[in-house]
Amino acid sequence: MLRYTLKRLLVMLITLWIIITLTFVLMVSIPGSPFNSEQSSNETVQANLEKHYNLDKPYVVQYLLYIKSLATFDFGPSISQPNQTVNDLLGRGFPISFELGIVTIIVAVISGIILGILAALRHNGIIDYIAMGIAVLGISIPNFILATLLIQKLAVDWELLPVATWAGPEYMVLPVIALATGPMAIIARLTRSTMLDVLTQDYIKMARAKGLSPWKIIFKHALRNALMPVVTIMGTLLAGILTGTFVIEKIFAIPGMGKYFVESINHRDYPVIMGTTVFYSAFLIIMLFLVDIVYGLLDPRIKVHQKDGE
Amino acid sequence: MNKDEPILKVNNLHVTFSTYGGTVQAVRGVDFHLNKGETLAIVGESGCGKSVTSNAIMRLIPDPPGKITAGNIYFKGVDLTKLSEKKMRAIRGVDISMIFQDPMTALNPTLTIGTQLTEGLRQHQKVSKEKAIEKAIDIMEVVGIPNPKERLKQYPHQFSGGMRQRIVIAMALICEPELLIADEPTTALDVTIQAQILELFETIQKATGVSIILITHDLGVVAKIADRIAVMYAGKIIETGNNRDIFYQPQHPYTKGLLNSVPRLDLAGEKLEPIEGTPPDLFSPPKGCPFAARCPYVMEVCNKVFPVQTEYTDSHHVNCWLQDERAKSLLATIANE
Repeated sequence: MLRYTLKRLLVMLITLWIIITLTFVLMVSIPGSPFNSEQSSNETVQANLEKHYNLDKPYVVQYLLYIKSLATFDFGPSISQPNQTVNDLLGRGFPISFELGIVTIIVAVISGIILGILAALRHNGIIDYIAMGIAVLGISIPNFILATLLIQKLAVDWELLPVATWAGPEYMVLPVIALATGPMAIIARLTRSTMLDVLTQDYIKMARAKGLSPWKIIFKHALRNALMPVVTIMGTLLAGILTGTFVIEKIFAIPGMGKYFVESINHRDYPVIMGTTVFYSAFLIIMLFLVDIVYGLLDPRIKVHQKDGE
Repeated sequence: MNKDEPILKVNNLHVTFSTYGGTVQAVRGVDFHLNKGETLAIVGESGCGKSVTSNAIMRLIPDPPGKITAGNIYFKGVDLTKLSEKKMRAIRGVDISMIFQDPMTALNPTLTIGTQLTEGLRQHQKVSKEKAIEKAIDIMEVVGIPNPKERLKQYPHQFSGGMRQRIVIAMALICEPELLIADEPTTALDVTIQAQILELFETIQKATGVSIILITHDLGVVAKIADRIAVMYAGKIIETGNNRDIFYQPQHPYTKGLLNSVPRLDLAGEKLEPIEGTPPDLFSPPKGCPFAARCPYVMEVCNKVFPVQTEYTDSHHVNCWLQDERAKSLLATIANE
């Protein structure tokens, strides 16, 4: 296990390095610079600023300097907000985005699985049709449309929930619904189809022949096997939720990381672009690693660690 | 309950399955009984309804689409077809256990052997975890699994096919059932392992006195361990008798055909004789004898009326007009109508 973890860690670092390099290359190849805007038209000021942020040096040197500072977890200063470092921005924005993301995942997974199980147990019944109807709607409606609808109806017309911002649990409801519906629908459909397959397996019949209660058969024998494909797509769903937060945060004026991410590109705020991208990538890579670990925990036939020499 | 009364008595059992194409009459009036401590083999080709019959006894027929439409199943005098699902759960695994065909799929791949062995015991007898594990170790020794203590913590994929079938048998036996239904227990196994598993059945029966219903299409298996045999064809039992009756004096042409189509090593050079044709369509089963279309001795009456049971000897019953002298007069009455 230790050997496997170390090996995975190395692969993760290499992945991250490739992402850093690609982002850097893409970033410097976009036309424009952080100081192109109208307020600093003075050429000497601009040259001095570029010197201050090392932007006058060749790209290779800039790249190496960036890698060097990353090694100490220093993401550098923000150019558009001179009194803040990227670390400050991440420290402020990430906890909020993380909270939104985590609650969304929990809501999506739990409701998706419950919906999928109900649909499978009442296969071709009314509950099945309702659940799959919800699922199809959830997959086909983009989250920004859903968000706008929710704000219009629940917040503006009926005044049940706050319209926007982030000031307490009740502020979380609408963005979480908007963000969780899509993944929930995907999980529900997947759980339903694998559950239907698992329920016809011999070991389920065997469990029934043992006289176990239906409750035990579903949760102990069937669900565990039915969850494998759900775990598989968790990686993709995580990435979807991550990028989904950018849009949703913008709509609900949530001060998370999404704001910095989008603004940094508009302002060509190089360190912030790099910082947010690298940070998000690292986060996603770690999550994918955890998904692989969960895999092995659910199904003993999948061993995460291979034999030596393989 | 009378001591001599059979432990299981099935009367006029009908099971149907509704499909998009119509209603399949899988079991069409099956009668048989099983005495205490006896092994009854139900033989027949694929699709004849033998597995459906065994699932009906366990009330494990998926409903919908399946349904027991008529008949009674008396287990120790209680009609299982009338029991509620909850009462039936208390019987499954405790009084009646079932062994499935394919040990590779009958065990849950994500749970340890120990969990799967003890869960039935813990559900029904409310014993402590330690007691249940103790019992599981005992039963694993009975079914011949070495190092039971270590093996308990392992998962099904760490066992070979034969060992898995032993685990499945252990699972069926752990609550000490009075009736064991084995649905093709050796079909998925190597021939060498088959013999071992059959011997295991014999040992277990001697030790516990459990009554066994063995569902199979393998006459070799039947010859080895069955006391009595019921031959099934197209949803009906057409011949029943002792092991000797069936193997030495088969009366029904279908039974004879079955025996002729078993390869025999002692008759080298003899051509194997298959039964020509295919079983009837159970969407609309024939009115008369279902075997008539394939029977070399078919008579006019066979296509019209299902043969009544003839007692060839006390133990040997057959449903065939060839054995019934009333066949001729019956045909005359039909012709007059």
